[in-house]
Amino acid sequence: MTVTAPTQSTESMVIGGRSFRSRLMVGTGKYADNETMLAALKASGAEVVTVAVRRVDLNRTNEEGILHHLDPEEFFLLANTAGCYTAEDAIRYARLGREAGFNNFIKLEVIGDSETLLPNVVGLTDAARELVSDGFQVMAYTNDDLVTALRLEDVGCAAVMPLASPIGSGLGLINPYNIRTIKSRLRVPVVVDAGVGTASDACLTMEQGVDGILMNTAIAQASNPVAMGSAMGRAVEAGREAYLAGRMPRREVAVPSSPTSSMLDG
Amino acid sequence: MPENISIVVNGEEQTIADGQSALELLSGLDLDPRTVVVEINREIVRRARLGDTNIRDGDHIELVHFVGGG
Repeated sequence: MTVTAPTQSTESMVIGGRSFRSRLMVGTGKYADNETMLAALKASGAEVVTVAVRRVDLNRTNEEGILHHLDPEEFFLLANTAGCYTAEDAIRYARLGREAGFNNFIKLEVIGDSETLLPNVVGLTDAARELVSDGFQVMAYTNDDLVTALRLEDVGCAAVMPLASPIGSGLGLINPYNIRTIKSRLRVPVVVDAGVGTASDACLTMEQGVDGILMNTAIAQASNPVAMGSAMGRAVEAGREAYLAGRMPRREVAVPSSPTSSMLDG
Repeated sequence: MPENISIVVNGEEQTIADGQSALELLSGLDLDPRTVVVEINREIVRRARLGDTNIRDGDHIELVHFVGGG
């Protein structure tokens, strides 16, 4: 029986041949200001942070660009294709992101519905196939559907990223069974992306055995984003460690923890 | 005197002097070529080629950079 606890430093996550020290990835959108964002990112311990590709606003200074606030030496910048509704658009944004950025990783989103922001899985698979052949390490945001996840792995995605619940909803892990099923069937890393609302959601998600979590709104829109960043970092570590530790079986009867023998005479 | 040409930058029509490179266009807009990507008529201009890529009349140019996102 082992008596040693695994540590995060010996238990890194490998995606697309690159090792990452934290299993928590964090978005950079929707913060009240850049100072709060940077403090929250640092508090979370995340290495991978996502960024979006958008037009420069020609009527303002270029200080709004996020590279003025994020040090690419400190964080691994993961460009996304958020806001794209077709494979063609997503491929275009991915290539712009690669040119703007520092690596060939892309968080691929192809949205299919503007109300739920659920993915267009056909466009997603088409875009993933094209980007993989163009040399990208594709991390594909998808729904919690096993068959789509298998197709994304088939076309060569470096990681598959099923949602816990819709983007920005904070509804938490709606279908743990689907997430466990996807994790059990894929060889590439599974990173749950979107829907986590608070630390218990993150912990519960990691307890399903997935490789990591990507979140944005839960930290950015917390009353205290820096404190929530810290809580999320520790929840992801706790959930991972609990998964590795192996939980006790559930029983629908009580089992006493103290001896039932050697009780005093009544 | 160089002639003027009409181009579209990020959806806005602009008139600029003919004979400018993409690098000169960025500098005229006070943009840092290390953080901005130039796309001309849907083709990305690699950073190393900005100086020898000339802007032509009628070009549709997109200037993009990283912003906060999830």
